[in-house]
Amino acid sequence: MPREMMYAEATATAIVEEMDRDSSVIFYGQNMAMTDRDPMLKRFGKNRVRITPISETAELGIAVGAAITGLRPIVELYMSEFMLVAFDEVINEAPRLRYMSGGQVRVPLVFKAGYGFAAGWAGQHSNCIYHAMMGIPGLKVAIPSTPADAKGLMKAAIRDDNPVVYLHHYMLTIDKGEVPDGDYVIPFGVADIKRAGTDVTIVATGWMVKKSLAAAEELAKEGISAEVIDPRTLAPLDIKTILDSIAKTGRLVLVDQATRHSSAAAIIASEVAEHGFPALKAPIKMVTSLDATIPYSEPLENYVLPNEEKIVQAVKSVLAKQAAAV
Amino acid sequence: MGSQNELGKDRLTWMYTQMARIREFEERVKSTFLEHPGVMRGHTHLGDGAEASIVGALATRREDDPVMPSYRCHGYPIVLGTSPGAMMAEIYGRRDGLCKGFGGSMHLADPAHHFPGTSGIIGQSIAQATGAALTAQVKNSGQVVYCFFGDGSSKQGAFYESLNLAAVWKLPIVYVLENNEYQAYTHVGLEDANHIAGDPLSKKAQAFSIPGATVDGTDPLVVYEEVGKAVDRARSGQGPSLIESKFYRLSAHGNAITVPPVPTQFPEHEAIEVYGRKAEYEAARANDPLPRFRSTLLNQGVFPEADARRIEDSARAEMDAAVQFALASPLPAPEDALKYVYA
Repeated sequence: MPREMMYAEATATAIVEEMDRDSSVIFYGQNMAMTDRDPMLKRFGKNRVRITPISETAELGIAVGAAITGLRPIVELYMSEFMLVAFDEVINEAPRLRYMSGGQVRVPLVFKAGYGFAAGWAGQHSNCIYHAMMGIPGLKVAIPSTPADAKGLMKAAIRDDNPVVYLHHYMLTIDKGEVPDGDYVIPFGVADIKRAGTDVTIVATGWMVKKSLAAAEELAKEGISAEVIDPRTLAPLDIKTILDSIAKTGRLVLVDQATRHSSAAAIIASEVAEHGFPALKAPIKMVTSLDATIPYSEPLENYVLPNEEKIVQAVKSVLAKQAAAV
Repeated sequence: MGSQNELGKDRLTWMYTQMARIREFEERVKSTFLEHPGVMRGHTHLGDGAEASIVGALATRREDDPVMPSYRCHGYPIVLGTSPGAMMAEIYGRRDGLCKGFGGSMHLADPAHHFPGTSGIIGQSIAQATGAALTAQVKNSGQVVYCFFGDGSSKQGAFYESLNLAAVWKLPIVYVLENNEYQAYTHVGLEDANHIAGDPLSKKAQAFSIPGATVDGTDPLVVYEEVGKAVDRARSGQGPSLIESKFYRLSAHGNAITVPPVPTQFPEHEAIEVYGRKAEYEAARANDPLPRFRSTLLNQGVFPEADARRIEDSARAEMDAAVQFALASPLPAPEDALKYVYA
């Protein structure tokens, strides 16, 4: 029976279920499991649930070493930017060791981190850095937008034999949704059509899915039917579902919380330009953050981030271009 | 592990044999640059001078203990039982290479022989070895991890973060800091606070409240003794130790960095080429651990000269065969480049 739960709870549920299922899964990070009252510690013991100091290089490097010798570590990183302190392990170690060994080792691990915290966390704690991890062969990137996806993608991440960066959006933390019970595993590389439509395709991830669905609702009132697609994993990236949608709608708006040139949107746009050009009736439109570090004060922050209004305007502009062409 | 007094003739003979094998392998790699120019690509780093330290340390090892060194990684798998032919073929970029030609000299891996992998990025393998020790602890396998790294690595954040956490968690690991005096081209006297203060590098252990010792890494029996104590401690659940093993790297950091088609080979050691310390280098050569250990064994009557020669001839023949195996192995099929990206 599915039950309603919060996004963060869904992620945690997946971790607990997978740790119940497989004793090689361990979980550690900063500021967790601090007392014996901790429920994870109570359930799994100090051997498998650990607190670490603020030592990202050791935390991530230890995960790599543990993974190649038989464990399945999950590292709680809290903020995706903290990975930057130890980006060598994310980019240049975890995804490369299997390849460099000629396929002799596997690196099954999950780097779990929140991102995009657009609530006054300012310049160093609210950015989107996933684009830097999208093109790294050997690395997978999961980026859930709903509680159900949060559970299903975490379970898949833990079971995957490759390193996975699992990015949960802080602005979705307490959002509620129906989550299937038990073995609910979402295969990587399968996009989800969050809303079906016929006039325009909107591709978005994370919090931007929620914004895009709200924009689609507004557009529907004006008789515009928008299809909203969430790739759910950025690596592997399901381009086919996006191309199939464009074949139907002929128009594409990409919504991404990252800045334009470091967005997943730019990469999706290039794939569509190469493989979906004949189907396009109007130029692709990208709605991204403006090219600035995320500012602290609320009106400044709102100004640089994508929002419903910007999405609605972008959709109308691609539709207008088509009308003009006709 | 007990004291060196327990080392009988067989064990001492084994130690000399492994040292001779490492030296012969590294000599073959070095001579390849002249005899088969163009066969080796990129950057290759040799362990000549480290033989006594490597073998003395690994002589304390239980059969299933993982060994994780840096990218200067040829010597260790030779002792673990990895095929030198497969290693040479890997360094030559051949299909029958240990990693099928995907890794090369800096990235040897042989998990079947408890050699899980190596990183080419200085210091990162310290964190990964610490992770292997976490596996041993979580699985309660009784294994101890041998983590080898250079003096240069001990200035990396990964070193401090990993040793702190290993001490906090009492992980079963022995950290062997191989102080060969030169980090790539930079002398330890230019970059290490302990060295500059006249202290041993093992003083760093005090920062983590773990045992630290400095040993003469040119004497395998001394290394054996000290590493043995650290291994005993780690295996009995008392946590990590740091051992500074002092020896001299007898070859330059790596082959000269040249751009194809300019041929590459090993330059003179940095001591001479950069710092003009010819006397220092010659003194290190005169203290070569191989002839020294050979004399010790002959003098103690462990084996006669004829046995020593037999060991050396056999190592030479083995490594000649490794070169022939590597040269005979075909290059990989280009389209295989997309294998092994994902598991």
